[in-house]
Amino acid sequence: MPEQLVFAMEVTLNGLMTGVMYALVALGFVLIFKASGIFNYAQGVMALFAAMTLVGIQQGRVPFAHVINEIFGTDIHYFGWEVPALLAILLTVIVMIAFAYLVQRFVFKHLVGQEPIILFMATIGLAYFLEGVSDLMWGSEIRNLDVGLPQGINDWIDVTTFEALGYGFFIDNLDIAATLIAAILVMGLIAYSQYTKNGRAMRAVADDHQAALSVGISLNYVWVLVWSLAGIVALVAGIMWGSKSGVQFSLSLIALKALPVLMLGGFTSIPGAIIGGLIIGVGEALFEFAIGPMIGGATENWFAYVLALVFLVFRPQGLFGEKIIERV
Amino acid sequence: MKKLAFIAVSAAIAAGSPAAADLVFPSLSYRTGPYAAGGIPFADGYADYMTLLNQRDGGIGGVMTRVPECETAYNTERGVECYESTRGDGALVYQPLSTGITYQLIPRTTADGIPLHTMGYGRTSAANGNVFSHVFNYPGNYWDAASVIVNQLLEENDGSLEGQTIALLYHNSAYGREPIRTLETLAAQHGFELSQLAVDHPGQEQGNQWLQIRRERPDYVVMWGWGVMNQVAVQEAVNIRYPMENFIGNWWAGAEHDVASVGADAAGYRSLNMNRLGDMPVFAEIQEHVIDAGLAAGDGSNLGSVLYTRGMYAAFLAAEAARTAQEIHGVAEIDASMMRDGMEALDITNEVMEAAGMPGIGPEFTVTCEDHGGTGMAIMQQWDGEAWVTLTDFIAPDDSVTQPLVEEDSAQYAEENGIEPQCAES
Repeated sequence: MPEQLVFAMEVTLNGLMTGVMYALVALGFVLIFKASGIFNYAQGVMALFAAMTLVGIQQGRVPFAHVINEIFGTDIHYFGWEVPALLAILLTVIVMIAFAYLVQRFVFKHLVGQEPIILFMATIGLAYFLEGVSDLMWGSEIRNLDVGLPQGINDWIDVTTFEALGYGFFIDNLDIAATLIAAILVMGLIAYSQYTKNGRAMRAVADDHQAALSVGISLNYVWVLVWSLAGIVALVAGIMWGSKSGVQFSLSLIALKALPVLMLGGFTSIPGAIIGGLIIGVGEALFEFAIGPMIGGATENWFAYVLALVFLVFRPQGLFGEKIIERV
Repeated sequence: MKKLAFIAVSAAIAAGSPAAADLVFPSLSYRTGPYAAGGIPFADGYADYMTLLNQRDGGIGGVMTRVPECETAYNTERGVECYESTRGDGALVYQPLSTGITYQLIPRTTADGIPLHTMGYGRTSAANGNVFSHVFNYPGNYWDAASVIVNQLLEENDGSLEGQTIALLYHNSAYGREPIRTLETLAAQHGFELSQLAVDHPGQEQGNQWLQIRRERPDYVVMWGWGVMNQVAVQEAVNIRYPMENFIGNWWAGAEHDVASVGADAAGYRSLNMNRLGDMPVFAEIQEHVIDAGLAAGDGSNLGSVLYTRGMYAAFLAAEAARTAQEIHGVAEIDASMMRDGMEALDITNEVMEAAGMPGIGPEFTVTCEDHGGTGMAIMQQWDGEAWVTLTDFIAPDDSVTQPLVEEDSAQYAEENGIEPQCAES
């Protein structure tokens, strides 16, 4: 087999894995947009906040330590205990649910019925607010995140592909774990929305919130539920990306990679987010592999948007989005 | 009513005016944003050293120092806004810690007569003081750094890099692209092949670049990174099992947080450093007079770290320049133009460093009207899995390569901007 083809296969596989990581972020956007029509600009910052909170709890850090020390002249930073990863994740989930409640109670409850652009602007404000709160609560330093996920080259794939093709493929164990977790997450979300009472309520609100209200479904409750789920998805994305690079501000920027995924897959489809992520991941990886070296490289960021725009021209609602029909 | 308004305006002016006797060293810092992990320790070191001078010595030459901070978030526009909002405060010198901001500030500070100190970053050809009258980049610049790395590799390869491949993994920004020209020249001179791998801001995604490195197996990977790019690169290098001792970062890619998340697996990774590491008497003094006194800029946890030490070193160089300016002009309350004179007459000797409690922190160097760049020397350090250890003494760059590039680039800048040589007139 030609060497370049073998390399392209390796690039494609890695692109698929990267695409799953993008899809993890995009899922949070889809959940909220589908249920409330809100494009949640704060989703990336939620991933940062969730990951910071997880590390903070795990390491027994005192939240708002800097503020407390400044006001009271104390010098406290740690509680003096460490929390096991699983328990820390559960506690972080509770924090994200509390966050969802507060967002609904103090922001979106007052904006029901407003134009989508107003809701979007509110999420921009929320993003900057949350960014500041994260800094105040846990500081700006890089935190190591270790929840026991495997990392590094997968030796089995390396050896197997070497024997078959004469070149061992590099696949990161963390990416494999992310793929498995994303698959479980998507199946869980689909099962939840299909087979549970809350899930059906979410779908009802997504279809027609006026009709859902008329049959006694609480809009407030469903929105808190949806924001909680988006918070949990943000936590998963934060764990995966944070394990790669440490937990730090840049995590919030991964949302920028979710946008082309959403444009391509559609804002209202969970499978669309996955497929969109895979297409973007593979597309940008192959472009960087084949064309990148000729034009100076670092094409990943802009090429993802070019790819999404090309799809938009032919299918404005995205691959799996609901077709928008407006009658005048 | 008019009287009331007059009182209010007077009070506002009084509140906004700088204290007459302060020596003002604005800090364009970044404690937020994607590059905060590097910006925080540097800003802490800078501010804490100035506080030490106030607490221990009563300032510089009897005049207290002041370090007003302005948050840039490593954003060029915000950096320029910070400059505009602080320059009227009696600013003596600016250190923006960003090549992007530096490029924007060079014409502004020159026009305003305020010196700009960009130690180890910024526009490399600013080392030519004949053209860049108000810009100083001592003790070294990017082209020096590139040359130092190649010199060290030559040393390790019996003086020849013929037929070897060096991959430059760089931040796709003004900062990251700075060494390309020098490395291309050095590649032609020493017969090694240079491959270039750009990484987009902020550097979170490098999978494709490291797949390419894995395929091509360059003999060395040289990194011009900053922020999250460094941590991700070190992790990816470990992931593909690249020999870490052949992976070398520049002096902005060799802090504790760049490798700590990978820990022992990153052992062997090397980087340059423009300042020596290790215990120095000045740290105990900062602990006593600044941190224990509750006057530290941060929580004190960064004391002694690579970038804290560099921020402190930057403050030391600024303070010594201010002291020199006071001596030249015979006044304690210097202004920006006097500060510039002090920087241009700066003479950093071992005695000066020792007196400041930081013996041998950097190379000895002298600044002149023509040479604003210092010696360009740097040490090589290595991560042993737990801490950075110094590998070499200060290594000199190849001036015969870097100097013509400085001359050429600065001459072009002078022509484009109609700048007359300043030293010829003096």
